[in-house]
Amino acid sequence: MHPAFSVIFLTTLIGAGQGLFLALFGAEALGLLGVLPAPSSEFLALGSVLALVFLVLGLVASFFHLGRPERAWRTATKWRTSWLSREVIVLPAFMGLVFLYGAAHWFGVNPALGTLPGEYPILATMLLGSLGALLAVVLYVTTAMIYACIKFLQEWHSPLTVVNYTVLGAASGFTLAAAYSAWAGVPLVTFTATIAVVLTLLGLATRVASLVRNSRIKAKSTVQTAIGVKHPRIQQKSQGFMGGSFNTREFFHHMSAAFLRAMKWIFLLGAFVIPALLLAIVLVTRIDPVGVLIAAFVIQYLGLVAERWFFFAQANHPQNIYYQSVG
Amino acid sequence: MTQLALVIDLNVCVGCHACVTSCKEWNTSGDAGPLVDQNPYDADPTGTFFNRVQSFEVGEYPNTETVHFPKSCLHCEEPPCVPVCPTGASYKRESDGIVLVDYDKCIGCKYCSWACPYGVREVDAESKVMTKCTLCVDRIYNEELPEWDRKPACVRACPTNARLYGDIHDPESVVSKAIREAGGYQLMPEWGSKPANHYLPRRKTQLTIREDEVERADNPLKIDSQLPKPGQEEPSLDDVTSW
Repeated sequence: MHPAFSVIFLTTLIGAGQGLFLALFGAEALGLLGVLPAPSSEFLALGSVLALVFLVLGLVASFFHLGRPERAWRTATKWRTSWLSREVIVLPAFMGLVFLYGAAHWFGVNPALGTLPGEYPILATMLLGSLGALLAVVLYVTTAMIYACIKFLQEWHSPLTVVNYTVLGAASGFTLAAAYSAWAGVPLVTFTATIAVVLTLLGLATRVASLVRNSRIKAKSTVQTAIGVKHPRIQQKSQGFMGGSFNTREFFHHMSAAFLRAMKWIFLLGAFVIPALLLAIVLVTRIDPVGVLIAAFVIQYLGLVAERWFFFAQANHPQNIYYQSVG
Repeated sequence: MTQLALVIDLNVCVGCHACVTSCKEWNTSGDAGPLVDQNPYDADPTGTFFNRVQSFEVGEYPNTETVHFPKSCLHCEEPPCVPVCPTGASYKRESDGIVLVDYDKCIGCKYCSWACPYGVREVDAESKVMTKCTLCVDRIYNEELPEWDRKPACVRACPTNARLYGDIHDPESVVSKAIREAGGYQLMPEWGSKPANHYLPRRKTQLTIREDEVERADNPLKIDSQLPKPGQEEPSLDDVTSW
């Protein structure tokens, strides 16, 4: 497939935003339970703003993918059948909850809505946060299923696609949360950086698993099934036109195999190895973490942009069988 | 239920591209607006087409065969492009099975083109919406045309009659008979999309001439043998001068 930067930025930006929100909510919940030092409302409110910035930027990027963005509201109508429609519903709903969660913390409006057994109060922010965390995970699934549900894009049609979108997005979000806590001087760096390392290494494992799976794929469609002639030796002599067309532009990356291989190593280093090392350095040394963690996030984000580029470029659409030779 | 479709006879198609130009001409002149061409007389020309003819060489030189292969939307009975559409712009008509795009609802997200294994949907560069073969829905029900002309433009244009058009759910239609009797098949059956359009395979067409068909076996008055025949070894210019 041709990697479209609008979709690359959409998926990587909202993935980081969702992960950051999961980190904020996780820190607040564990703070209430007394496991972690409770973060201040101001920290959580500003963090929500940061998450919203990523989500809004992702949403803006997605509009560049549309030919007719003024009709984008129509996309919410076919949620019964279309994963894209489901994503379009879940993304604004999630953004709304992040906004409410941040606003509740910013204005200090946090009434207890009831009590759980054991005298635990049900705080408004915990309710909003739980719903937000649920939608964050649902949003990972809907985003990934847009790709995973197309069965003839065999590189995408796998549960690993959903796992990777979730783990990689959450990893970058927790790295962002670590950088943000370090910058804000909040003692949550160890918590967020530890989870970020775990998620980054888990993401490395699942992404490598999908690379291995994809390298072994046997294409179900061949030129024989494409034109229905059973002879083993068929060569295209003409695709029917000499110039380009939508078919020759949209479904191929137009890069060399060497470029693709280089991209693979760049994203393996950038999205996983270097950020994991930087996070580990922060965890085991007494180095000033702010600069290192910001660098870790920026490198991991760029690495994920490369990862997403590769994700699209690697998918080989069966329609390409019909466009093997100009004439 | 009706399922209108094309049946394309690969044994007859000569690859003349008449269906391509006729399709482009009809569909660029319709109510839905033009199928835009960009740089038509310049370097890198490109444009929107609903129908293409491709050519494939089968076999190894010198024992090869050329297969000309017209390709347009197959109006699948289980169209994978329809359920993925987030707006409902892409739909399959209940009444006749034609897969269409509502150009007023389409947002141009290209997702349906990703979800079509055949690559028959194209975003128009100017209208920015997804376009595709409509099976000339504006011809086949067009009461301003004489009844014999209410067929897709590609079918009307084909000089060798390689394109048949009809209802594949009606067992007595010309297309159903062709599928049944001439080995009609579907493209990429592995994806379960059940294309409505079918293709008829190349066939061996051999003409065997036996000797008694050239010289009458029953030759009652022995007339044939009275004709002068050149000797086996004699040189001859051709059949006429050798008489």
